[in-house]
Amino acid sequence: MVRKLIFSIFRYNPADPSSRPQTKKYKLEETENLNLFVALNKIREEQDPSLQFDFCCRAGICGACAMVINGRPGLACHTKAKDLPADISLMPLPGFKLVGDLSVDTGTWFRSMNEKVESWVHTDKKFDPQAEEERMGNDVAEKIYELERCIECGCCVSACATAQMRDDFLGAVALNRIARFIIDPRDKRQEKEYFEVVGTDQGIFGCMGLLGCEDVCPKHLPLQDQLAFVRRRMGIHALKRILPWKN
Amino acid sequence: MQIIYSDLLCIGSGLAGERVAIEAAQAGFDAVCLSLVPPRRSHSSAAQGGMQAALGNCIKGEGDCPDVHFLDTVKGSDWGCDQEVARMFADNAPVAIRQMAYWGVPWNTVVPGQSCYYKGGEKLEKEEKADCKGLITARDFGGTAKWRACYCSDGTGHAMLYALDNVAVQSGVKVHDRTEAISLIHDNEKCMGAVVRCLKTGELRAYLAKATLIATGGFGRIYRASTNAIINEGGGLVIALDTGVVPLGNMEAVQFHPTGIVPTDILVTEGCRGDGGTLLDVNQERFMHVYEPEKAELASRDVVSRRMTEHIRKDLGVKSPYGDHLWMDIRHLGEKHITTKLREVYEICKNFLGIDPIHELIPVRPTQHYSMGGVRTNKDGAAYGLKGLFSAGEAACWDMHGFNRLGGNSLAETVVAGMIVGEKIVEFLKENETGFDTGVVGSGLKKQQERIEKLISGEGKEEVYAVRDAMQDVLMDYVGIFRNEQDLSLAVDKLKEIHERANNIKLKSNGLGANPEMAMALRLPGMVRLALCVAYGALERKESRGSHAREDYPERNDRDWLVRTLAYWKEGSELPELKYEPATTIVEIPPGDRGYGGGKIISAETKEA
Ligand SMILES: Cc1cc2nc3c(=O)[nH]c(=O)nc-3n(C[C@H](O)[C@H](O)[C@H](O)COP(=O)(O)OP(=O)(O)OC[C@H]3O[C@@H](n4cnc5c(N)ncnc54)[C@H](O)[C@@H]3O)c2cc1C
Ligand code: SF4
Ligand code: SF4
Ligand code: FES
Repeated sequence: MVRKLIFSIFRYNPADPSSRPQTKKYKLEETENLNLFVALNKIREEQDPSLQFDFCCRAGICGACAMVINGRPGLACHTKAKDLPADISLMPLPGFKLVGDLSVDTGTWFRSMNEKVESWVHTDKKFDPQAEEERMGNDVAEKIYELERCIECGCCVSACATAQMRDDFLGAVALNRIARFIIDPRDKRQEKEYFEVVGTDQGIFGCMGLLGCEDVCPKHLPLQDQLAFVRRRMGIHALKRILPWKN
Repeated sequence: MQIIYSDLLCIGSGLAGERVAIEAAQAGFDAVCLSLVPPRRSHSSAAQGGMQAALGNCIKGEGDCPDVHFLDTVKGSDWGCDQEVARMFADNAPVAIRQMAYWGVPWNTVVPGQSCYYKGGEKLEKEEKADCKGLITARDFGGTAKWRACYCSDGTGHAMLYALDNVAVQSGVKVHDRTEAISLIHDNEKCMGAVVRCLKTGELRAYLAKATLIATGGFGRIYRASTNAIINEGGGLVIALDTGVVPLGNMEAVQFHPTGIVPTDILVTEGCRGDGGTLLDVNQERFMHVYEPEKAELASRDVVSRRMTEHIRKDLGVKSPYGDHLWMDIRHLGEKHITTKLREVYEICKNFLGIDPIHELIPVRPTQHYSMGGVRTNKDGAAYGLKGLFSAGEAACWDMHGFNRLGGNSLAETVVAGMIVGEKIVEFLKENETGFDTGVVGSGLKKQQERIEKLISGEGKEEVYAVRDAMQDVLMDYVGIFRNEQDLSLAVDKLKEIHERANNIKLKSNGLGANPEMAMALRLPGMVRLALCVAYGALERKESRGSHAREDYPERNDRDWLVRTLAYWKEGSELPELKYEPATTIVEIPPGDRGYGGGKIISAETKEA
């Protein structure tokens, strides 16, 4: 039997003075291999051309399409209808500024996060175009890549109670980024410098360790391990500052 | 009306746009990048397989050097490329890749010792050398003499884009994301910037700059089935074409990738075949080696795509509700290889098809993939026709790809061109001052404002998505892999009609704010013009070269067609005006046989004096 899906979608267009936040219902017949990317486009093209949402790669690699799907943050493009009940509720990702309907401004948030954690290789070396590349063990490269896999979708931020309570909390994504640079031998920052960025309540000490973040990460990044890793490193550093003889 | 000034305006924040912006910012100039999406979501992030650079570190790449890379690139292009540019490219790719390493890309590196690999389903052994330990390694890609595709697991483009955007943040490059350039501001001689629509609020702004760069990537989405991200709609090419003075080069040169999955058209990387994946038909038998005894599955992608289509036409494809397809088999590579080296592929199959490629076959078919054509520039990246306008990356026709791009050569192009064009732009900025004519700026803005108003309250009759579908269907049906006079004439006629319809749209919604229907309605007429450049260019090019395969002119004709098509669009016309220029002025390697693809050649020697 073909299922009749009922989508309850959050609607609000801040640019339209007559628009009020509300939930609208749309009906759609389920077809083979239907996912939310196909479904939402069908709804827009056949029922309501003003509906705002974000897709880009439609392949689960760019992070554009995160939204709250039946109460849980996730990537719409890689959510299959057959894994959902017939009643599907879609809400924009909390924690980010609303653009309209299901579309939120993640770009501004992540740019600011990248600035705060200084998400780049810190080095005194100058690039020498004539020289051979610096050697790196393949295992080290693969370890860095593991953490580099984050697609800045924002799911972890929206699932994190701390981030929802305080605007300045950096979130698991930032701590994962820091971990990525800590293990990168090209980055010459010392513990002290990392500490200045994340050794605060905005950073690792604000995290309550409830791990909403890891549960929802569509890339299955080992966020729990990274939080523990950064916490340990920063904890030791904090201890050293209080007990200087430990140095 | 907001006016934003900068030294350099980069339209596009993918690898090419950001690489150029970084060059300018590090030289002390004020660089602003625009992007439809946050920069890290640009389509560059989707490139999985690898970037070509002749480092020759891994054992199967031993002896590699820029000369060999150059030769592969020229052959790949079917002698359609500009050889001077291809040479600059091959020589600089090693520098560019090492710079990316310096900036933080975790390239996979050489691990000394024995390991096995697969070729055409056969298991083979290789031994990596101890003295290359830790240097950037490479994998095999189609159409190359050596293993040259350097990679980061299967997220090469992602890792490169994240590294570059990190450097952009560090260098103070400003990125205005969710913005769309919808026309260039120019006086027929020089470019002064662009009219831009904010995709958060719907408002129009003018961005004025001394130099403007178009780095908007490919335009695959004029086709219905494309591996490209859905934002790849060719906006940058449209605004260049609409100036009337800037030509687009070789728009008929459109590449199809052999392995888009059915039905969602998501690409599974060439790395699958490179690592030993095979193609099977309805009888689950290999067939590529029959057509291409030497390279089999590893021939260049235009050849593999064409052979697949040929095989499907012999009724040896697999029937499905979404049309015929073939199978890709990677089962023999084993669980470990598939879940690490080809993890993205594994995830795509699981998440989007519900298929487990460790035990099951993957349904694939050739799908639109890459646009060799684009804004025609000289070797410095300066666009023909307007001073102060530049282009780089997939949006440009620089032209190192000619009629077929090799896998791994476009990631390389973005950062090599980004480096070279970036340096040229810095020189340009140092040497030139400019003035902004307020009259030109004002009328540019007004024109776009009027288009917007007309879409909301004008007399239009057409519905935007229906017109878009019509355009995509025409391209799929008549301007695909195999082409002929009859289909192409029909396509041109239909597209002319669709162009009129696209100019007669009225919105169903109110168009306020970041309204998506408005965005599509503003884009569509330009997309149809691009479609016409492709179809008309293909109709007029009476030969087969690289990805342009004419059934009625099967031979490559170096006597008459060793040329690049230049398409101009005069305002108000219904077809582009086509001009031609020699494919290359410098000839290092005279036209010859590619060594794959079969096909006859009409040699330039037969030209009458
Ligand atoms: C699925 C897939 C896999 C690939 N794999 C490989 C590979 O393994 N190796 C390889 O070498 N190549 C690969 N390619 C090709 C390669 O990824 C692209 O050619 C390359 O990344 C293009 O980079 P770019 O910077 O030119 O454009 P993009 O990365 O596409 O960036 C374009 C930018 O322009 C912006 N933009 C577009 N229009 C406008 C507008 N009107 N106004 C403002 N901004 C605009 C976009 O927002 C974006 O920021 C692959 C391509 C696909 C489709
Ligand atoms: S573990 Fe920390 S970062 Fe993760 S959700 Fe909980 S508070 Fe947020
Ligand atoms: S850590 Fe995971 S959930 Fe968070 S932004 Fe990155 S990919 Fe998304
Ligand atoms: S659209 Fe890119 S992750 Fe969903």
